Amino acid sequence: MSALDDNAKEIAEDTGGEGDATSSPEINTKKQDNRSAGPVILFFIIGLFASLSLGWIIFPKLLYSKKKQPIDFNHVLHMAEVEDGCESCHFFRADGTYSGVPKLDQCIECHEEILGDTPDEIKFFEEYVSKGREVPWLIYSRQPDCVFFSHAAHVKAAGMDCVTCHGHIGESESLKVYEENRITGYSRDIWGESIAGFKKNTWDRMKMDDCAECHRMTFNIEKTEVKTPTKRLIDHLIDVVSPGTSTSEKGSSVQTERDACFVCHK
Amino acid sequence: MKQKKAKKYGMVIDLDKCTGCGSCMVACMAENNVPFRKDESNKVLSITWMRVYKLTNGKPFPNTDICYLPRPCMHCEGQHEGHSPCVSVCPAIATDYSSETGVVSQIYTRCFGCRYCMASCPYHARYFNWWDPVWPDGMEKYLSPNVSPRMRGVVEKCSFCFHRYQLAKEKAFMEGRRELKEDEYQTACTQACPAGAITFGDLNNPNHAVHRMVKPDPKHHGRPTHPNAFRLLERLGTNPKVYYISSRDWVRRAGDNYLEHEAELKQTVHHG
Repeated sequence: MSALDDNAKEIAEDTGGEGDATSSPEINTKKQDNRSAGPVILFFIIGLFASLSLGWIIFPKLLYSKKKQPIDFNHVLHMAEVEDGCESCHFFRADGTYSGVPKLDQCIECHEEILGDTPDEIKFFEEYVSKGREVPWLIYSRQPDCVFFSHAAHVKAAGMDCVTCHGHIGESESLKVYEENRITGYSRDIWGESIAGFKKNTWDRMKMDDCAECHRMTFNIEKTEVKTPTKRLIDHLIDVVSPGTSTSEKGSSVQTERDACFVCHK
Repeated sequence: MKQKKAKKYGMVIDLDKCTGCGSCMVACMAENNVPFRKDESNKVLSITWMRVYKLTNGKPFPNTDICYLPRPCMHCEGQHEGHSPCVSVCPAIATDYSSETGVVSQIYTRCFGCRYCMASCPYHARYFNWWDPVWPDGMEKYLSPNVSPRMRGVVEKCSFCFHRYQLAKEKAFMEGRRELKEDEYQTACTQACPAGAITFGDLNNPNHAVHRMVKPDPKHHGRPTHPNAFRLLERLGTNPKVYYISSRDWVRRAGDNYLEHEAELKQTVHHG
């Protein structure tokens, strides 16, 4: 404490001395600014950039571990060979469930023998096909087990294309690096490439909000008529004035009047 | 997103057929990954989505009679659609009423465990997870992949095997349909009951067995018009979607609370 007090005294004496030496108080403040503002601003800027880069560049790099897929799969090559597009390998089972990433059995239908002489093909054949081991693919879009997603509802019932949600994966020649969140264990594709959560395309992110983007809009599938906030307000007013007369469609959830949580959660 | 006429899935349990074997309880626990403890004797701490109660008429021999009463979640509709006791009090929108199926849902990841719903439920159909589930070694492999296990600190309850509805829907979509057939969506307890005491289906559909068995009266919140049918605590106005059938008067009377002198009044309430 005493040391601090001494310091304070010294500073007070210093400024006092200067005040005596200079005649005008305006010049006095100017002089002080020149002496202290420079380093303060400099340190502020350095600190700002240091913390920004720590948060926006270094932290995301630390947060995600990078993993390579066991085999660098070439979608373009396979799309040229198969007849049925995506559904040739990523197909629906007869009971409506979705097969997702193909199992080895399915690959073997064509890959009984080595096809071609690329290093990946040789690795695939020697390590997996001949040993009968499943390829431990890392799944970019793996969701938590409380999430129910029905491909049949989207593709078969609503007639959506694969590209609408998955992007142009079918046109890729190699698989990108799988980035795993070290804390949650989920793929980076769930949160999205941008740590700030911005996205340009539907397939940039796969969080609940991204599902809700379509699902929160109460719409009629046949007409695909999307309700604007104004329309929703008008419907609400009609409902208040004379209940039951509005023709507006509501979601199945009584609490939110959107699609119920139970649509996707299990 | 109502495409067609809304469904109102419900259950009819014939108490004259129920033998109290407990198959429904076992099937339910296995189907829905319900956690259990080494010592299940304390029923305040154990979780049973489907629970069989034993009723007695309280009379001495030779007039003693007993009745077993399976109790799933009643999926109450309330006085207006979705005004179930639990849904109306949930501060987290973790439990919800679907106007499409009539199912009262529980979203475990949204629930923060205040247990207000448990206090409001007159049927004790809701249970709290006091611990994270622990499965005996190797049993994880037998868990149902269609139902997510619950974590410590959340409330859970019967979902009318909603995952089976989802799977049935997928199959229907695959076959180009939007409507489910009666036998496509059945709960695990319904199928497990060896006596065939449990019937499940759409109460809004006159062709479904549940509708034919109880003949719900739409003017009185679905009150059963069949003389032997009743609902638990009918007079609370919770409007449950689980109906019971019994030919025995004392059983039907046990389904609600009555004053001593109410013997005649009861007739008008139930059968009127």
